[in-house]
Parts: sequence; structure tokens; C-alpha cells
Amino acid sequence: MQVLESEEFETPVASRVNYLNATYGLKSWLLTKDHKRIALLYLGSVSFFFFLGSIYAMMIRLELLTPRGDLVQSQTYNKLFTHHGILMVFFFLIPSIPTVLGNFLVPLMIGAKDLAFPRLNLLSWYIYMVGGILTFWALLNGGVDTGWTFYVPFSTTFSNTYVVAAGLGIFINGFSSILTGLNFIVTIHTMRAPGMTWFRLPLFIWAHYATSLIMILGTPVIAITVLLVALERLARIGIFDPALGGDPILFQHLFWFYSHPAVYIMVLPGMGVVSELIANFSRKNIFGYSFVAFSSIAIAVFGFLVWGHHMFVSGQSMYAGMIFSFLSFAVAIPSAVKVFNWTATLYQGSISYDTPMLYGLGFIGLFVIGGMTGLFLAAIGLDIHVHDTYFVVAHFHYIMVGGTVLAYLGGLHMWWPKISGRMYPEGWARFAALVIFVGFNLTFFPQFLLGYMGMPRRYHAYPADLPVWQVLHVMSSAGASILGMGLTLPLIYLVWSMRYGRKAPANPWALPGLEWRTPSPPPTENFAVTPVVTWEAYEFAPPEELKVIGKFEPGDEADHPAVTKG
Amino acid sequence: MAAHVETHHGVEAHSALQHHFDNMEQQREAGSLGMWIFLVTEIMFFGGLFMAYLLYRTAYPEAFAAGSNHLDWKLGGINTVVLICSSLTMALAVYFAQVGSKQLQIIFLVLTMVLGATFLGIKAVEYHEKYVDHLIPIPGFQWEEKNIPKDVAPQEREGFKRHVQMFYWIYFAMTGLHALHMIIGLGLLAFLVYFTWRGRYTPEYHAPVELTGLYWHFVDIVWIFLFPLLYLLGRHLGGGH
Amino acid sequence: MQNWIPFIPDAASTVAGQVDGLYFYLTGVTIFFTLLVYALLILFIIRYRRRNPREIPRPIAGSIKLESMWTVIPFLIAMSIFVWGARLSFTQYRMPAEALDIYVVGKQWMWKFQHTTGQREINELHIPVGRKVKLTMTTEDTIHSFFVPAFRTKADVVPGRYQYLWFEATKPGRYELFCAEYCGTNHSGMTGYIVVMEPTDYDNWLSGGANQQSPVAAGQQLFQTLGCATCHSDAGQGGRGPALAGLLGKQVQLNNGQTITADDSYIRESITDPQAKIVAGFGPIMPTFKGQVSEEQLLQLVTFIKSLSPAQTEGKAATAPARENNPQTGTASPEAQGTTAPDVQRSNPVGPTAPNAGQGGGAQSTESQRSNPVGPTNNNARPKQRQRRQ
Repeated sequence: MQVLESEEFETPVASRVNYLNATYGLKSWLLTKDHKRIALLYLGSVSFFFFLGSIYAMMIRLELLTPRGDLVQSQTYNKLFTHHGILMVFFFLIPSIPTVLGNFLVPLMIGAKDLAFPRLNLLSWYIYMVGGILTFWALLNGGVDTGWTFYVPFSTTFSNTYVVAAGLGIFINGFSSILTGLNFIVTIHTMRAPGMTWFRLPLFIWAHYATSLIMILGTPVIAITVLLVALERLARIGIFDPALGGDPILFQHLFWFYSHPAVYIMVLPGMGVVSELIANFSRKNIFGYSFVAFSSIAIAVFGFLVWGHHMFVSGQSMYAGMIFSFLSFAVAIPSAVKVFNWTATLYQGSISYDTPMLYGLGFIGLFVIGGMTGLFLAAIGLDIHVHDTYFVVAHFHYIMVGGTVLAYLGGLHMWWPKISGRMYPEGWARFAALVIFVGFNLTFFPQFLLGYMGMPRRYHAYPADLPVWQVLHVMSSAGASILGMGLTLPLIYLVWSMRYGRKAPANPWALPGLEWRTPSPPPTENFAVTPVVTWEAYEFAPPEELKVIGKFEPGDEADHPAVTKG
Repeated sequence: MAAHVETHHGVEAHSALQHHFDNMEQQREAGSLGMWIFLVTEIMFFGGLFMAYLLYRTAYPEAFAAGSNHLDWKLGGINTVVLICSSLTMALAVYFAQVGSKQLQIIFLVLTMVLGATFLGIKAVEYHEKYVDHLIPIPGFQWEEKNIPKDVAPQEREGFKRHVQMFYWIYFAMTGLHALHMIIGLGLLAFLVYFTWRGRYTPEYHAPVELTGLYWHFVDIVWIFLFPLLYLLGRHLGGGH
Repeated sequence: MQNWIPFIPDAASTVAGQVDGLYFYLTGVTIFFTLLVYALLILFIIRYRRRNPREIPRPIAGSIKLESMWTVIPFLIAMSIFVWGARLSFTQYRMPAEALDIYVVGKQWMWKFQHTTGQREINELHIPVGRKVKLTMTTEDTIHSFFVPAFRTKADVVPGRYQYLWFEATKPGRYELFCAEYCGTNHSGMTGYIVVMEPTDYDNWLSGGANQQSPVAAGQQLFQTLGCATCHSDAGQGGRGPALAGLLGKQVQLNNGQTITADDSYIRESITDPQAKIVAGFGPIMPTFKGQVSEEQLLQLVTFIKSLSPAQTEGKAATAPARENNPQTGTASPEAQGTTAPDVQRSNPVGPTAPNAGQGGGAQSTESQRSNPVGPTNNNARPKQRQRRQ
């Protein structure tokens, strides 16, 4: 491991004041305006919702072990997958990377002291928690059985569950996304350190910029849509109700106008993380930097034009379907460009096998499959058959779990020394990465086959006279238990390492990024002095040249906030 | 007025400069960019309703025209004028904040508030009229037979009423959301008046005045779209009153 | 056709082969690119593994040539898939000019079909092989989606509008029908079968076809195919209708406060006019089956429901009113007139039914043993369930 090498040139400062020990007490955390502490608040809450969502997933997989609906009743099963979807999509996947890694790293990477609006940042966490708790309350008190998509008229007229409360939670949560996106865009525009030009930005920042664009443009639309669903339910305004002259398909247009771009909210930050993982752990500048950077923006823009591909079988005009199909193929190209550039980056690199790199490689491997199977769904003729089957389920789990979750874990490992000031146990971490990769494939690959054979999604029971269906379902459930165990490991050893892990030096991986030029964990003000950037992104150098910017002597810490003011 | 506060940070640091910005210029730039982005999200927020409006207007043009003709375009027109005037007074308030004229700034802020309140008052009168005419789109909604064009077939008359009701839903949702923004704007203005009076804003630091100005103009512009869409469009199709 | 390839469902329509063709093409492309990327990844991570912790590889900025190559080539491949997929969709969704029309109504949670000749079916659709069939579909409640994997086709059924779907089956058989759009509690129970028949068999079926099954077995089959089990099943799924095991001869509390004895005529009335006497605690949601089941089938159903109450032997009082009703509903089901009228006459007297019931009791002994344990528990569970629903 490279840590030993880097310790030779940088002695960690034992009792230095940092953002973790600057102040103590619950109040100092709940009222903090420090983006790094807010990131940790998010880390805790996002993990909590991920854990909940996983429990629901395990129950779904248990039920599907047998063709008959024998573990839970159909009503319960419908709630299980709805809760799983709502928690995972709105309270884990959308916020995970932006609010945890993004919050922590955006200011550090561009050389700023904080995000532009620290109070809004804290507010966004509170809004997230209010939305989350309201939704969670709705789920506990009877739950929701509409599916996370809230399709009308089922959600407005027929469902007899807590749709309005859950919808309100999602509505509130939307504002948290808007504030985060707004904060990132303003910060990236106005607060870059001197010399940090747009094309010296790490690709992580580009990806977050693109994500933020979607957050601010898409989220208000879902907010108004959910509000309309609630109004329709409460007051029968008729806007989606065919009996009153409304159009249920309008809901699908409005919903997917947000929710398809939301897919990119979930995966773009993951792509940003993977660009960092691949470049940094092969010590190569990313191949075709500007192509990768602009492909993020292209995905964000195209992402808004393809919502109709969720509605190929809903009876929209065939010509509209063709246009959406064409644009869906177009949006696949920037993703393909990214994959090829990542692969080419490895060429003649110096590739380490540290855990973050394993996650990075795993991401590419799974994203290729997830992306390619997206083409199956974009081809109308084929989508007519596989629409709303397990093929779709497998596809988006390859993107969401194989993509976003792996990237999130990879990023968490890469920056864990910076976040916590401790090293995670490398052996365990590599083992967990392997278990997750195997478990994941075992869980979701059989679902492609099931889907093509016609297994519809959201089915509580399936025909028993098709034995191969059960075989595939059992494989999938077995994989899910392996995946579950794999995901539990980081939870345990990361928490363990916070106390018992080896102390991390400022730059354990010998990387050139600005976030590595300040101690681990960073001080509240991030840098001793405002850094001046004179190097390009991913300009690797021998470890001696990658020193901490400014002075951090053991005696200095009381003074250093003042230094930055000067 | 204390343009520069003497602090240990030295003469360059303004008292309103937050710790994480390098200088006032950066802070102002961040604030105004943030406000613009916020307004973009607002446009998207209204956008969903505009889309619903356009869709159903296309689907049920006669019913929407009938509903639209029943609105009082004179009150709506007066309100449009009132709002445009308030935009002017708001712009002047921002101008006087820039040149540092505290009294004129307060006068124009208050004028803006008065005009804003006038708008809401007229809106309330309109809402009351709708209430009296049973046009609130709740179960008590009534649309008189004589207000249905004669060429509508007997079996479609019930549907026609429902579509008029949908027009009123969209009318109330859009104008209600707009009115909510006006009320928030009035709150922001009150806040500004108080802090202007306290002498918080200077030619160097008056970002809140500027940003509130942006917000106020945005709310006006939304109305500039709402007025023709809801009140005027399709007026030639029916008689009106 | 492609049955020798694993994980490919039955292909039984004219478009199935075409969809499979596109699927194989895409699978090929996917495998090619996946292998390409995996091979490169593995090659690079072995060949360029870090040998010296201090090594700094030579930076490579990128290459416009390569970038354009891997932008243009995937784009061309994507376009080939797009064109193929779009053309295929026109085959799937453009309605044929001449076709056998069938009307479909989706309802929570059953599929109702009607043939132009008047026959109605529930959760089972009989069609001839080698003939284009065009479905005109709508729904009574929420969105459903008509999906037949073996035909590789599907369309959402949206309230307030008609959706169309066509297919031409290529080989006889029974093919799964699913509802693919989530539609509520018993979504996964909204399944059925498309029965593809040789044209001659189909004509036979259309004209009524002889039914050689025993009334109990026939009734049980009807109970399944009509979708009664969806709401009245013993498993208690949905629980939208009262459980039927052990019902005969019991006192039943109605929602208007009355109490009646559940006898044959009551069951019959409940099938043809469900809203007349509703069991307390249940909603008026059952559709009428009047005109959909012939007189003969009604009798089979009643016999089957009776067989769920093993101790129940009598029913003499019940047959008399049943006879009164017969002529009335007999005329209401014109499709069965020719063939069933003699049957009705034959089965009307108690004579034929009684032996059947006895015979059924013997033949169904295993059946009743199986349902026995469920019966009593269900009996106990029923009042509880009602309380919950109130």
C-alpha cells in the first residue's frame, strides 16, 4: 500500500484542530454550517434510509423464493416494493453521492472555504429529514401500495393507503434537492480558487455541475406533479381523472419529465466519482478530459428529452415513440464515450489494486451491461415485449446498484481517510468489494432472463408451472443475501475504523487534487491559506511535491482561522 | 451610514461579508446567481401548471373559452397595471439603494408594498365574486345552463360543465400559487423596510434589496403570462360581459 | 421455434420470431462490447499494474481520432438498432385491416372478453390459429396492461380511451396472459390464458361444444376461469368477497340487517344479481354474471359451491325457486339456446343433481379432505375478517 510511502514525507499532526474536534456537543453538529459536518449528517441519514430500503428488498426476495404468495399477503407485498422504491430512490439514490461526497468535496476540490450558502445547506438537510420522517411515518402507519411511480388513477382513486402523506414527504424532500443543486452551481461558478479554471476542475465537479442542473430544472416539476396528485386525491379536481375529463397519461408525462432525468441525478455523480477513481488509482490523467466533461453536460441536457421512452406501450402516438426512441439512443452515446475513455485511461497507467479502484473497475464492468441493456429498452419493438417485466428491473438495478451504489462505496473508501482521518482496513474492504460484486451479479443477472421470458414486475406470485422461473428467482434471492452480507461489511468496518483505524496522513494515495493538499481531517476552514492552482487536473507528481498548502504546525491551530482571513 | 466597519479584519472586510467569501464582490455575485437559479426553478414549478393548462385548453377549447369569458378582464387588467407599476417602484427602490438614499428607498419600498397589497385586494374581490357565483371548483360548483353554448349537444352538456370546472381548478391553482408568491414577496419587502430603516444597506452592500427586486419582477412576469392566458385568450369566441 | 435456446419463452405469434431476431442481434452486440471492455480492462490491469509505488506514468491527453471513432461507431450501431426497433414496432402496433374482433375489458383483477358472436369469457380467451385477432381494449377502473409473452406483445389499457392490439397465433396451445401494469392488491392474480385452437376446434368451441365433465369438476373449473377465486378464494387473498367453504345451509347476516339461510337459490341469485343481497361487511363490487354463464353452467357452479360444504346434503327447498328462475335467465343467455335447452330440462329435476352430488362427494373425497382443514379455519376467520373490514 502507498500509505507507508506517503508517511515518509508527511507526518500527521496528532492534536491538530480539525472540523471534527473543533467544537463538541450535539448542538454544534445540529447547528453547524460547515459543509463537511453537514456531509456527515447526510451520511448518517442516507445510510439509515438505505438500510431500511434494503430490509424491504430482502423481504421481497424472500417472498419470491416460491411461486405462491406464501410469506406475505399480496397487499403487504405491494407495500414492500413500494416502500423499497420510495426509500431507495428518493431518500438514498438521489441524495447519496451529491449530499455526502458532493457536500464534503465540492468546496475542498475547488479550493473554497465552504459552499456559497452554508445556511441553505444546513436547511436542505433539515428539509430532507422532515420529508424523510414524514414519509417514513406514512410507511409505518399503514404504508403506501402505489409503487414508487404513483401512477394515476390508481394512486388518486383506487389506492386506500397513505398516498398523500408519502407524497407530501417526497414533495418536501424535493426542495432539499433544489437547494443542494442551487448551492453547487453557485459555488462552482463563483468560488473556485485562483487558477482553478473550468478545465482544471476534477471531473467529479463537472459531474456534480451537470447533476445540479437537473436537480434545479427537474425537481420543481415532480413537486407540482405530486401536489396535483394530492389535490386530485383530496378534492377530485379531475386533472388526471378520465371520468372528469382529465388525462391519466398527463401524469405519466409530468412524472417522467422529472423521473427520467432523476435517473441521471442518480448516476451522473457516480460517473464523476468513477472518473476520479480510475484516474487517481492508475495515476493517469483522464483520457479525453473534455469529452468526459462535456458528456456529463450532454447527458444532463439529453436526459430531459427522453422521458417518453417510459411510455412506449401507454398508447402514445407511434411517431412520438419514434422520436423518444431516437433520442434515447442518442443519450446512450455520451455514456459509451465515458466508458471507452475510462478504459483508455488505464492504458500505460500505474494501476493499483486498492479497494477504491476495485469499485471503480466493478462500476465500469456493470455499467457496460446496464447501459447496453438500456438499448434493448430504447428499441420500441423490443420494449413492447420487455416493458414492465423483470428485464427492466434488472436493467435499472445494474445502473442504480451496480453503478451508483458501487461508485458511492468506492468514493467513500477513497475519501474515507480525508473524511474520518483514519484508514479503513484494506483486506476487509477488498473482500467486501468482491462479495458485493459477486452477490450483485447473482441477484440481478437472472432477472434479465426472467424478464425476457415474460415475468412481469411487481408480481407477488408467479406461475408455478414454469419451473425455470422459480430456479431463476431462487438464484436471485440467494444472490441478494450475499449482496446483503457484502453491504453490511463496510458498515461495520468503516464504523470500526473511525476509532481503531490507523491514523491517515494528509495524502495517503499521493494524489494531486486540492482536497489532498490539506490535512486529514481538514480544518473547519478547509485550507490554511487560499490555494493558488498552477497545475492541471490529474497532474501526478512524486509524493514529495504534493505537500499540504500553507503551514500546519502543532502550535498553529489556534491561529490558523485568522491566517485565512488575512 | 457605516460603509466600512472597523474590525480586526482590517478595513477591507465589510461587516456583512460572510467568512467563507473572499470579498464582497464574490459574495454579491454568488447571491445574485443563486437568486437567478432559484427563479429558474420557479419557472419550472409554474411550468407544470402551464403545461396542464395548455393541454386541457387544446382538448376543451370551448369550455375553457366559456370559463375564461366569465372572468372579469377589467379587474384583471387593472391588476396588470398595478403590478407593472409596482415593478417600477421596486426598480426605483433598488436604484436608491445603490445610490444610498435611505429615505427614497423606504418610500419606494412602501409604495411597492401598497401596490402589491392593492393587487391582492383586487384578487380577493375577484375570488369573492367567484364564490358568490358558485364557481369555486368544489362539490358546490355550479355552471348555469345559459352559459353553455347552444351548439353543445344535450348529452355533452354535463361534460362541458366538468371541463369548465377544470378550467376553474387551473385558474385557482395558478392564480393562487401566484398570490402565494405575492404574499411571500410582501413579507420580504417588510423585512427590507425594517432593515433599511435600521441602516443596514449601503451602496456597497444592498444585495438583499437587489435580490428581492429580482424576485418581485419575476412574480410580475408570471402574471404577465397568466393574465392573457386566463382572461383574454378566446374572448372573441363568446360574448363575455 | 426457438425452444432449444434456453431462457426464451414460447414463440407462438407471427411477430415473436421478429422480436426474438432483434433480441438476438442486441444480445450479440451487448456480448461483443462487454467482452471487448472486459478484455481491455483485464489486459490493462494486469499489464499496467503498479510495480513501483513511486512510478509516474507518462500522461496521455487523449486522441480526437479515437474519440470520434468511439462516438461514431456506437452511434451507427445504435441507429441500426433504432431503425430495426422502430420498424418492428410498426408491425406490432399498426392494426391489420381485416381481423377477428374481440373486445376486452380490464377490471380489478380480471380480464373480460367478448367475441363478436356474443360469447363472453373471463381470464381465458379462445382464438383460432393462423388468423389475425384484433383486440379493442378498455378498463373499468385503473390502468392495466395486456401482456402475452408468447406473442411478444403488450399494450397498456387506459381508462377513458380504447387501446388496440393485434396478434396472429402460429401454433395451438395455452399461453400465459399477464397484467403488466401494476393495478393494485391482486395485480399478480390478474392473469389468464390465451387458448389457441385449430380453426375447426375453434368453430366447435364457438358453437358451444359438448362438455363431458361432471358438474362439480366443471363447476370448479368455471369457478377458476370466471375469476370467482380472485375474490372468494380460500387463501383469503384480497378478501373482497365472502369465503364460500362451508357456506351452504348457514345463516348469513346481510348488510341491511336481515338474516337469511344460504341455499342454492341464494347462491344463484348472488351470481346473476350480486347487488340484491350483500353479505354484511362487503362492498357492492361484484359484477353480474348474468348472460355470461349459461343455465347449465350456473348449475355447475352451484353444485361446486355446495361440494365445499361436505356435511350439506339437502337443498330440496332450494331447487324449487331455482326452477322458477330458469326460464327467465334461459332467455337471457341466447348463446347457449340451441344446445343447452334440453340440458336444462334434463338437469332441472332434482333427480340428476342428487346423484351427481353423491357422486361428486365420492369423487371429490380427496378434494374435500384437502379443503376440509381450510374450511373450518376459514369459518372461524370469517367473522374476524368482517369486523376488521367494518
